[in-house]
Amino acid sequence: MTESLIRALVEMQEDEALRETRQLLDEDTDPLSIIDACSRAMEAVGKRFETGEYFLPHLMMAGEMLRQISEIIKPKMRGDKVRKGRGRVLMGTVKGDIHDIGKNMVTFLLQTNGFEVLDIGIDQSPEKFVEAIRNFKPQVVGMSGLLTLAFDSMRDTVQAIQEAGLRDKVRIMIGGGQVSEKVKAYTGADAYGPDAVAGIRLAKQWVGGD
Amino acid sequence: MKNRFLEVSRDAESKQEERFDIWLSGKGIPFADPDAEAAYRERVTLLQDAIQLRRRPSRIPICPSAGFFPVQYAGITLYEAMYDYEALKRACEKYHEDFSPDAHNSPVNIVPGKVMDILDLRLFKWPGHGVSKDGEYQFVEKEYMKAEEYQDLIDDPTGFFLNAYFPRIFGSLEPFSAFPLLPPVHEMPLIPAALMPFGSKAMQSALQALGQAGEEALRWRAVAGEINGRIMGKGYPAFSGGFSKAPFDVIGDSLRGTKGIMLDMFRHPHELKEACGRLTPSMVKCGVAGCRATGHIMPFIPLHKGADGFMSQEQFATFYWPSLRKLIIGLINEGLVPLLFAEGGYNDRLEVIADIPKGKAVWWFDRTDMKKAKDTVGRVACLAGNVPLDLLCTGTPGEVETYCRKLIDDAGRDGGFILSSGAGIQGSKPANVKAMIDFSKQYGVYG
Repeated sequence: MTESLIRALVEMQEDEALRETRQLLDEDTDPLSIIDACSRAMEAVGKRFETGEYFLPHLMMAGEMLRQISEIIKPKMRGDKVRKGRGRVLMGTVKGDIHDIGKNMVTFLLQTNGFEVLDIGIDQSPEKFVEAIRNFKPQVVGMSGLLTLAFDSMRDTVQAIQEAGLRDKVRIMIGGGQVSEKVKAYTGADAYGPDAVAGIRLAKQWVGGD
Repeated sequence: MKNRFLEVSRDAESKQEERFDIWLSGKGIPFADPDAEAAYRERVTLLQDAIQLRRRPSRIPICPSAGFFPVQYAGITLYEAMYDYEALKRACEKYHEDFSPDAHNSPVNIVPGKVMDILDLRLFKWPGHGVSKDGEYQFVEKEYMKAEEYQDLIDDPTGFFLNAYFPRIFGSLEPFSAFPLLPPVHEMPLIPAALMPFGSKAMQSALQALGQAGEEALRWRAVAGEINGRIMGKGYPAFSGGFSKAPFDVIGDSLRGTKGIMLDMFRHPHELKEACGRLTPSMVKCGVAGCRATGHIMPFIPLHKGADGFMSQEQFATFYWPSLRKLIIGLINEGLVPLLFAEGGYNDRLEVIADIPKGKAVWWFDRTDMKKAKDTVGRVACLAGNVPLDLLCTGTPGEVETYCRKLIDDAGRDGGFILSSGAGIQGSKPANVKAMIDFSKQYGVYG
């Protein structure tokens, strides 16, 4: 039933995907099965990304289609239980850096993969990260930064997490701009992801649930 | 005229020679002494030989992108450098004195803060104005142009910038939404109507702000000119002398934003392509004007949204490359040497971007495999790059030397290579910058 919707999503056919969604709802399809179809489509999109067929614009487009579909089905969702998250991830851009495109993409992909994500935004101090870890209790912390000044901010944040006694409670991943394995070692993070999908892979590995 | 941006013109070669002669002459530079003048000429010759691919230079020129490093190295904040021109002067000179690279980075990227204050610029946050005083200025991404406005941009780019874009990015220029567009004033009865917008108090204060910002820009320009004169006068030619951008990046960076332009490739492909074409002549003119003003041959062209991962090969060939290639050919036909700074990785693009005439451009890479680059683009263009920033910021001098040795072995053979950093070197350890420059100057001598 949802096969054409999945095909439209995977092939980046926006108009068709939205039309299919409306038609499915008109036919009284369970909104949850539409959500499932979206997840399956995103899995296929993610695979095409990993094999080098799709790139960032395709992830953006997929995100945009999913956003609109979720608005269309929202009114029909009342009373439905939200599925329990696969795990919690805290996301933020580190102190001194105001870039957010990479962070937003990772946040979006984590959400479509069933993670509960708290995004604390840009230019966040080590203290803000520590506070958010205390309150939100994530298993994974993702730190983003485009500028070279982010290297020190990331290192300071890892240190602050250590000093707060929370280091063994979380796995830390970093990404963005000039970040590399070398920077991972410098900051004391657990892993570095060269692109958004790599971040999702790390979170899945650490939290499990596959 | 039809092919002015597609085919290399017959006089491109002689125009390039003329421009090199002007650059090499150092006319107007207040040289400290004959040795400085000789050092200047020697360095320009190293660069010319590397660029033209006709003969091997005597050694590899070393030209890192200084970025905000001189400011940090001098122990001042970027805020001080942007607001205290004397402090900026000292910082720039100290960097060249202590590190002696083969080219000088004019401080044009360390913009005057006061000008931005007067105009109430919303496109960036800068030290003391949205980011901390010891921070860097950073771009604020937004959809400054809506997707529905492509046709307005295509119909009249100047009109769109004047009436729609400037009021959005400069708080002080909001009244420009009523700025009359040309050409209305060709009949006497139309003159009064065209003047009415200038009668309003709001427009008058906008024009006043523009006048004040202009005066401040001139003060800053005088200081930058003095800095350039002093440093070039000691024997360091400037690495570039103008500026332009790929039409796709003009739209993606300044108008639509990353997300906007990525979605436009699916939703508005025709408008996007047409707009890129429409902006191409302006971008050629922009590069030419800058080089004419400085007497330089290389307009600096930072490339952003065509990097690996940012689009597919097909999208690159459809949306990014055609108008960028036109820009490159347009500049070459003016005798200029486009300095194409490919930020991020360009490994997937090497075959496509090698489609340019030989010896007339520099491809400067960041996270690109330089060995692969040498075997592809390196056949037709001088390469520059690519000591990585993670290494310069967190590594050791020994690691930097090891990297430079391999880089020179991979990309430096038979000339056609300028050793540089992969990006602006702010945040680098001074000892690493020193190791990069000193080691490469010795190891990069052609035997």
